[in-house]
This record gives sequence, C-alpha cells and structure tokens, in this order.
Amino acid sequence: MKILSINEWLLSFMPAGAASITEMVLIALIYLTVFAVLGLYLVLLERKVAAWFQLRLGPNRVGYKGMFQTLADALKLVSKELTGTVKADKFLYNLAPYFVIITALMALSVFPFTENLQAFDINIGLFFLIAISSIGVIGILLGGWGSNNKFALIGAMRSGVQTISYELSVGLSLLTMVILTGSLQLSEIIEVQKNGWLIVQGHIPAMIAFMIYMISGTAETNRAPFDMVEAESELGAGYHTEYSGMKFAYFFLAEFINMFIIAAIATTVFFGGWLSPFGITESIPFMGIFWFLAKTFVLVFLMMWFRWTFPRLRVDQLLTLEWKYLLPINLVNLVLMAVIVWLNITIQF
Amino acid sequence: MSYFSEIYDGIKTLLTGMSVTGKYFLNSRKGAITQQYPDNRDTLQMFDRFRGEVVMPHDENNEHSCTGCQKCELACPNGSIEIIWDRVVDEETGKKKKIIDQHIYHLGMCTQCGLCVDACPSDAIKWAQNFENSVYDRTQLTRVLNKPGSKVRAGVEE
Ligand code: SF4
Ligand code: SF4
Repeated sequence: MKILSINEWLLSFMPAGAASITEMVLIALIYLTVFAVLGLYLVLLERKVAAWFQLRLGPNRVGYKGMFQTLADALKLVSKELTGTVKADKFLYNLAPYFVIITALMALSVFPFTENLQAFDINIGLFFLIAISSIGVIGILLGGWGSNNKFALIGAMRSGVQTISYELSVGLSLLTMVILTGSLQLSEIIEVQKNGWLIVQGHIPAMIAFMIYMISGTAETNRAPFDMVEAESELGAGYHTEYSGMKFAYFFLAEFINMFIIAAIATTVFFGGWLSPFGITESIPFMGIFWFLAKTFVLVFLMMWFRWTFPRLRVDQLLTLEWKYLLPINLVNLVLMAVIVWLNITIQF
Repeated sequence: MSYFSEIYDGIKTLLTGMSVTGKYFLNSRKGAITQQYPDNRDTLQMFDRFRGEVVMPHDENNEHSCTGCQKCELACPNGSIEIIWDRVVDEETGKKKKIIDQHIYHLGMCTQCGLCVDACPSDAIKWAQNFENSVYDRTQLTRVLNKPGSKVRAGVEE
C-alpha cells in the first residue's frame, strides 16, 4: 500500500498487526466517504448534463444552482420505508444491493489516482477489475430473482445476457492494450505511458480498441442506449423495480460508480492515467489527481452524451452488435496489435 | 461488403446524432426552454400561437367586429359559445338587421380547439395569451365577450 506512507506513520506508535488493520479501516473509510459523495455528484452531473442536452435547466433549487439536490435526494431515500414483496426470497432480496455496491467500491481500490495514491497495487490489476465488475451482475440477477416480480426477473435475465456478452468485448479490447504494455499491473501500465499515451503509442488498433471499449463499457453499466436491463418503458425499472429507500439508492449509486470505473479504466489504459499531457505539470505533486479526474470526467461526459443522443437497442440488436460486429472486429484488432508490437511500429516519444 | 459499409454508416449516423445534441448542449445556456414560472411571473410571455382563452378585441371607441353571424356558435363542437342576438332597424337604410346582444363564451367547456376563431368571417375573436385561468367558482368561467355598451364597427358587415 502506498497511500502517503500512512503505514510508517501508524507503525511509529502501534504494533505491526494493529497498524495494518487500522490502516485498512482508515483507507476503507476514506474511500467510502469520498466515493459516496462522488457518486452523488455524478448523479447531479448526469441530471445537469441531461438537462443541457435537452435545452432544459436541470436541478437548480436546492443550494447554489442545485448543488445539494442529490444530497437532499439521498436524505429523502434514507428516510423512506424499505418495502418488499410477498413471497420474496428475503435473504437474496436483501443481499443483492450489497453485492452490487460492494463490488463497485472494491473495483475503485486498485486505481492509481496519482503516483503515490493507490490503495491496492496488485500485479493482476486489470484482470481484477474485469473480474470484479462481473461479480456485480450476480447482484443484479439475485435482485431480479429474489424480488418475486416478473418485470424484475426479465430485467435480471436481460442483464445476464448483456453483461456476459459485452464482458467479452471489454476483456478483449483491454487485452489488446495489454499486448502493448506487457503488464496487467495498473501502476506499470502508467509507467509504460511515460513514452506517450497508449492511444498514441498503439495508434490505429488502439483507437479501434478504445471505441470498442467505450461501446461495451457503456453496455456493461446498463446505461442507455443499452438499458435493456432497466427499460423504464417496458419493465418499470427492471431488476430494481421492487426496491425502495436506501436499497434502491445502492443500486443507483452503484450504476454511477460503475460508470466512473469504466471511464477510469479507459483513462488508465488509453489516456495515461494521472500523467499530464506532455508532462507539463510533472514537478507539481498531486496534480496527478487533477489530470486523472479531468480525463475520467471527460469520458464520463462522453458516456452521458451517448445516453442522451442514441436511441435504445432491442435485445436482438444488442446481441447482433456484440457477436457479429464487436467481437470479430476485436479479434482482428487483437492480431493487428500483435503484429504492430512485433514489427515494433508503435509511436514512442 | 455490406458488412463494412454498415459499420461505416453506423458510425457516421451516430456521429451526426452526437453533433446535433452537442450543439444543443453548447447552446443550452442561451436557449433553455425551461421557464421558472412563479419567479418570472411578471415577465413571462407566452408564445404567439398559445391558446389561452377566446377573447373579442375592442378598439378605443368600444367597437368590435362581431356581426352576430353565429358561425362560431355553429363551429364549436361542444357548444361553448352562445350568441344572444337581437334585431334592430338600421338608422341609415331603414332595413332590419341582426346585432349581437351577448356573445357568451364558456371557458370551462372550451377545449381550445380553435375552430371558432377559424370560422369567424370578420376576425372578431382571437386567442389571448393568458394562462392563469383558474378561478374559485365555476360561474366565473362563463364570460361575455362583447363589452357592455359596445357596438359593431361600421363597415364590417359589407
Ligand atoms: S375553441 Fe373550440 S371548443 Fe373553444 S369555443 Fe372555440 S370552437 Fe368551441
Ligand atoms: S364572433 Fe365571428 S363568427 Fe361569431 S358571431 Fe361574431 S362575427 Fe360571427
């Protein structure tokens, strides 16, 4: 763990075992608070951006220009009654939201926000991310199954179909980039990019991989135009139809944190993570956080742009897109990238 | 081969769509259509084609152009207009002629369809842009459109 060598500071007045536990708890608490607030503000951002795309004003009453709208919404959700359905599978029903939110928060732990700010630098970083984001779908399936509601069940089944299909594209497009980096560890991926961001280094195949990644990433988060899972128009709210209050809020928050995660992975793998463009702020410490967040939010904005522009897909179109277009292109792209790395025609600075 | 042209078309149309919404996004601060209604109550102007209620404009001599032809009454699909008319003797020609006594309009029944305004041959009635039409008593929704003491403008009937 690297967080500002918090470890040494704790060790100075504690035995080793207690120190590492305190450290874990502290970091977990900090991450939880920061990302719960971040999630809330992503919701606000989404609502504002949506409004601007539709020539509206968006939330503008609570606080300055609606700053506290989502905080107020969260407070309202906390105070709501937690309802359930008759004959629901109580255990699974109550378990599902935690699956979704915990996996989302776990995935956040491996991101290098700046040089020394990374909670958990494992050598299979990228693999861990892909794996953990697939666990979230179990929560969705459980939620749909446990609710004892046909709409929720249909939504959950669609989610299964969608996530399993698009997981392939996410994995393969990231794999394409791994050929270039030669490592799955996120800190090393960033290290490689000191010679130019990967989207520049890998030029054509990297751009194709990025496009595929963004499409399938959007599908992974179940957002429009791939919102077959929630499908307000035909399924009510899909798998979380029967949830209320804070449990609903967990699903909602998880969706937005997942969006952040997808954008953050793209930032790390394609756009140099916390590296500043051309190294302009190399010498200033912690500017990395700014660059990381700036790039991530640009990508988050891109996903919002998709959402408020594109029409929804039908389930069969969704699967056609994945299996007939994205997957074959991805495989060809993988070979192309391998050839490029083999012949050493990458662009390096 | 259509496989690749489909991919090209797909990407192209998606980008076209994104450029359209992108323009909206950039112009949203200027062109927001949201009205912050109770706040801008004093300045809020409804657009020209807004159908608030049917009114009969009067000029400064308290004259309108309704001849009492009853075409609006006939045109109204739900009987929201009632014309109470009278016959008087024209002073100049000495002929009998029809004038309106009261042009009664039931706003509560009106569906804002606009057929009466279209039917009127002398453009005596038109749409007003007011939108705060709620009242506490239903009887207030029955309105007499011609003002008391008003008469038809000379020359309208020819
Ligand atoms: S607008 Fe339509 S409903 Fe209303 S008074 Fe005229 S004709 Fe009748
Ligand atoms: S308002 Fe127009 S249509 Fe109706 S009676 Fe008068 S002149 Fe005729």
